[in-house]
Amino acid sequence: MPTTQNEGMNASKIVKVENLSKTFGALKAVDNVSFEVYEGEIFGFLGPNGAGKTTTINMLTTLIKPSSGKAEVCGYDVFKHANEVRRSVGVVPQEYTADEDMTGINNILLCADLYGMPRSDSKIHAEELLELVELQDAAKRKVSTYSGGMRRRLELACGLINYPKLLFLDEPTLGLDVQTRTAVWRYIKTLKEDYHMTLFMTTHYLEEADSVCDRIAIIDHGHIIKTGSPEELKESVGGDVIVVSVKESEPDISSDIAQIKLVTSVRKNDSTYRIKAELGEEASPQITDLIRSKGLHVTKVSLTKPTLDEAYLEFTGRSLREEEVDKLQMFRQRVTMRRARS
Amino acid sequence: MDTDKINSANVETPSADSAVEQKQEASPMVKERKFRTPPKPNTSPLHGLWALTNRDLRKWYLNPIQLLISLIQPIIWLALFGKALNFGTFIAGSGATPAQQNAILLSFFGTTSYFSFLACGMLAFIVLFTSAFSGMSVVFDRRFGFLNKALTTPVARGSIVMGKILQSVGRSLVQAAIVLVIAVVLGMDASHFTVLGIVGAFFAIFLMGIGLSALFTMLALRSADWQTQTAIINLINLPLLFASNALFPTKIMPTWLQDIANVNPVSYANDATRQLLIGATNMPNLLVDFSVLIAFAVILSTIGIVLSWRFLSK
Repeated sequence: MPTTQNEGMNASKIVKVENLSKTFGALKAVDNVSFEVYEGEIFGFLGPNGAGKTTTINMLTTLIKPSSGKAEVCGYDVFKHANEVRRSVGVVPQEYTADEDMTGINNILLCADLYGMPRSDSKIHAEELLELVELQDAAKRKVSTYSGGMRRRLELACGLINYPKLLFLDEPTLGLDVQTRTAVWRYIKTLKEDYHMTLFMTTHYLEEADSVCDRIAIIDHGHIIKTGSPEELKESVGGDVIVVSVKESEPDISSDIAQIKLVTSVRKNDSTYRIKAELGEEASPQITDLIRSKGLHVTKVSLTKPTLDEAYLEFTGRSLREEEVDKLQMFRQRVTMRRARS
Repeated sequence: MDTDKINSANVETPSADSAVEQKQEASPMVKERKFRTPPKPNTSPLHGLWALTNRDLRKWYLNPIQLLISLIQPIIWLALFGKALNFGTFIAGSGATPAQQNAILLSFFGTTSYFSFLACGMLAFIVLFTSAFSGMSVVFDRRFGFLNKALTTPVARGSIVMGKILQSVGRSLVQAAIVLVIAVVLGMDASHFTVLGIVGAFFAIFLMGIGLSALFTMLALRSADWQTQTAIINLINLPLLFASNALFPTKIMPTWLQDIANVNPVSYANDATRQLLIGATNMPNLLVDFSVLIAFAVILSTIGIVLSWRFLSK
């Protein structure tokens, strides 16, 4: 939000990534990615499934080793000083990792033990965190009785048990209903504003990136396509977007459309033209007239002012689409969504 | 999508106004909006080991049905194998005199009671079958994400593997103790029992359990597929049982099978428990048994820990 511009240069970098790549066999999951995250901001990784978001988070949280490149988190190299990185960050994975047979509080205490936090402290801290995520009443219940939203909040509490400076959240609202999603956003903002934490999250919900994040990196096919604040990204889309659908199998007249004065760019996808124009209201009738004058048929016209959706489309060339990802990841995602709805 | 958008607009805090609003709404929830100073964490390489072991053990001892089944199972095996498949009755039907019968039994089994011989084998059997499933919980932890969660914490990778091994050994020892009690109730010869002998026998079982659990855990390190894991378990544990002296003495086996049985660590555990519990022996001596078992446990758990550094994460 407005603050990023000012703090951009002064704030210290809590994550530094240089030319990071990860290949699985022939697949380049993350391809030569470089970016920075500043202390105190909410940084969002936006992209469709299979874009490389989770792979990047997994490298930064020391779960997988980079194939090449460098990454520093909280001042430590993720490869050489993995344990220091693990101690300084918190991780809220995409899946529900809490043990269903245990109570909420015992799950948090288990995490505390894995971080080596002394029991005398973790007992108090666990209570504080349960209060933060409004789960204190359910603390002594087994996780198997929790709803999806409660589980997500418990995961959040577990991720905070080691007093992290930086919290990674992988798709924190996947499959959640609107109310819970809003609650999760509220906790995320509380952590930033009141506890001065830095948050690194991935999402494929555009509105989430738009309303929560200070800065966003759009990632697709393992590449970072664009980085900036939501406002910057929206502005960089330029003019209005006109989408014109024609009948299939009709000839491509993109070059003719591009001749129209107000039109700045034209792209054709199947039977749809995506046209950017300076004054959409004036340009669209001209475009439809042109198409009709060629004896072709317009089936649909729409005019949109730029949103982050448009920015996303603009930079990736398509809307958020499902991409084939590895089987295990899909399985986990399905489990997560199923449990979220339970 | 549309309703989502409207909602997201509500939570957005671009202006100072709504930020203030949100603070007011949130402030009664937590009095002081600051975490306390973090304590110094325990950085010893063994931290978290007990927590991980206990996590799996709790699932067992806090689940009455699972506990009951795991206790009934060895009883059924003992009754079925020990009583139905009784060599004593075969030989009794041969028409030999009681003295001759005893001599035959003694020369084959080192004891006149086949049931006592088998009861010792059953101790190893229950440990083998419990250990075989130690890898299964690694598969489930990987599948449901707990493993990834644990891997993002500074807990030693070796502790994750050792936790799985120890929980499986813990269950095995409890089950073995119950098998022993039931066996005595059903007629196992307890005249040779000494405190030291029982402790020694359980130590032998403990070592075998460590080695076997390490073996099955390391086979599961990379797997997220329980069908494959079940197939691996079945492939390995029945041959390990039958190519050992658990059910029959090696001397009635063909030589090629004897050779396998003589390198099978299960045979050494059986031999040790038989010597210590019923005074029977058909293999060298206790020192050899324990040397082999200690080597088996140490080598396999070391391999397991080393592999965990390399293969637990991708």
